[in-house]
Amino acid sequence: MSLKLGVPSKGRLMDKTFDWFERYGIRLSRTADREYSGQVEGIDGVSLVLLSAGEIPRELAAGRIHLGVTGTDLVHEKLPRWEQQVEELEPMGFGQADLVLAVPKFWVDVDTLDDLDAAAAAFRARHGFRLRIATKYHRLVREFLTEGGVADYQLVDSQGATEGTIRNETAEAVADITSTGDTLRANHLKILSDGPILRSQATLWRSRVAEVSATEKATLKALMARIG
Amino acid sequence: MATRSDGLARAAALRGMFEARGAQVVETPVLQPADTLLDLYGEDIRARAYITSDALRGEQMLRPDFTVPVVQMHMEQGAEPARYTYAGEVFRRQEHDPDRANEFLQVGYEVFDRSNPADADAEVFALIAETLDGLSLRAATGDIGILMAAVRGLDTTDRRKAALMRHIWRPRRFRALLDRFARRVPVPAARAALLAAPVASSAPVIGRRSPAEIEERIEALRADAATPPISDHEMGGLETLMAVRETMPFALEQLRDVAVDLPQITPALDRLEARIAALAAHGVDVETLEFEASYGRTSMEYYDGFVFGFYAEGRPDLPPVATGGRYDALTRQLGNGAEIPAVGGVLRPGLMLELEEAGA
Repeated sequence: MSLKLGVPSKGRLMDKTFDWFERYGIRLSRTADREYSGQVEGIDGVSLVLLSAGEIPRELAAGRIHLGVTGTDLVHEKLPRWEQQVEELEPMGFGQADLVLAVPKFWVDVDTLDDLDAAAAAFRARHGFRLRIATKYHRLVREFLTEGGVADYQLVDSQGATEGTIRNETAEAVADITSTGDTLRANHLKILSDGPILRSQATLWRSRVAEVSATEKATLKALMARIG
Repeated sequence: MATRSDGLARAAALRGMFEARGAQVVETPVLQPADTLLDLYGEDIRARAYITSDALRGEQMLRPDFTVPVVQMHMEQGAEPARYTYAGEVFRRQEHDPDRANEFLQVGYEVFDRSNPADADAEVFALIAETLDGLSLRAATGDIGILMAAVRGLDTTDRRKAALMRHIWRPRRFRALLDRFARRVPVPAARAALLAAPVASSAPVIGRRSPAEIEERIEALRADAATPPISDHEMGGLETLMAVRETMPFALEQLRDVAVDLPQITPALDRLEARIAALAAHGVDVETLEFEASYGRTSMEYYDGFVFGFYAEGRPDLPPVATGGRYDALTRQLGNGAEIPAVGGVLRPGLMLELEEAGA
């Protein structure tokens, strides 16, 4: 059997991943435009598995792929005790983004987690419900806020257009991934100074649980010698 | 290896024993409405409890313990005084330690009785201790009510006291607030700037938190900046209090010394003294019983007075075999205006069997 490499199946993340491997003489490509299968040239014994970036952590943890390319954010959010399930092989230098907490810019009294906690207490007393933070990174955000001693908040799920939730009054604050902060600024939000919750970038991961045959082990060694 | 049916048999036997001592057997549903627990514990409970949902009833939790539903049941229909016992599974989400059980049996004994709280504390502790007799366990006790009394009586603003009370179960955050109120840490730069100059933001107003609320908080920060720091002698008293860890009689003695600086804790110490006497009357060896003033200060607890736990000697990997305490405030929060002094304890029959096997 061949060594299975999971790669994001579309968009910039896929293109940049292909470019990154190309630098080491490994050519990844999709066999046809609409078909989610691919081929690998320049190294023997590796097969390409095209997946949604969000599914790659789960596939690594299940051992269905040996290697995978996805963001640190997704691995940390989706895999509790991720260190035991995957090993970080190489940060790839693209897809940089920070998971940050942001509040409306006109909240001049809120700059730190301490401020957010105080604002949340007053907000709950006045409005009768806990201050809402919209995010899709529930576990990471909750752990960060617990660590920071923030109480009286609630997480509301937002799988997209998170920055808009404050204007739409479905949340009072957001926790989202940003690379430049432009979208946050355009939505009149500012980032809290305590943070970021996580610095993320596209990373090559190895599954610690996938079974590896002798041939696959040799292939992995050869691959690591090329990119290491 | 004890089987599941061994555990169930032990749980039934323990419940039977509590029933024979006069407790009424109660059952609670496994599924609890999530709102109540979220209101009590906040978002942190999501890391500890399994949540499920349907379109009709919304979010529900697999009961993480019995106390909340038992209190609700009592507040709705209970006669006074009351003693309850129950046995069944509780469910705890585990995200960090795969060796910790996510489903286990609990047997509990709860007392709702306003006649003599010290005696009720001693009754529960002595009964749990008796049940665990024969196992090599270390008992720990504490009383979160002493620290609460100390905070309530500080010579400072109500706002500061409320902030400290709100974080009494989060020791690190509590400490940070205390250091700030005592001016032992520098004011963060952004806050100093905010307080130094009138602030205006040209950014548009968005969301539910209004400009009036922001103005109100700035006012509060200004007022706080103008408030004198918590004094060194009060801080010294609090620090000594939180560090007390002794056998019961010596702990009381040390706390009486603290009461020279913090006289507001005297009524709480009188209650501790009465509890020590009641424990002795129930046959507990108080001379060797440990008392730790900061015991039980972990997040997501509801105890506000006496607290205790029984730990397996030489097995720091195991959670406590039994825990309990007083939760008067919880009855107030769930009681819609009513309240009753309440104290209780829970045992884990599965752990008892495991320890008995290891010891055999």
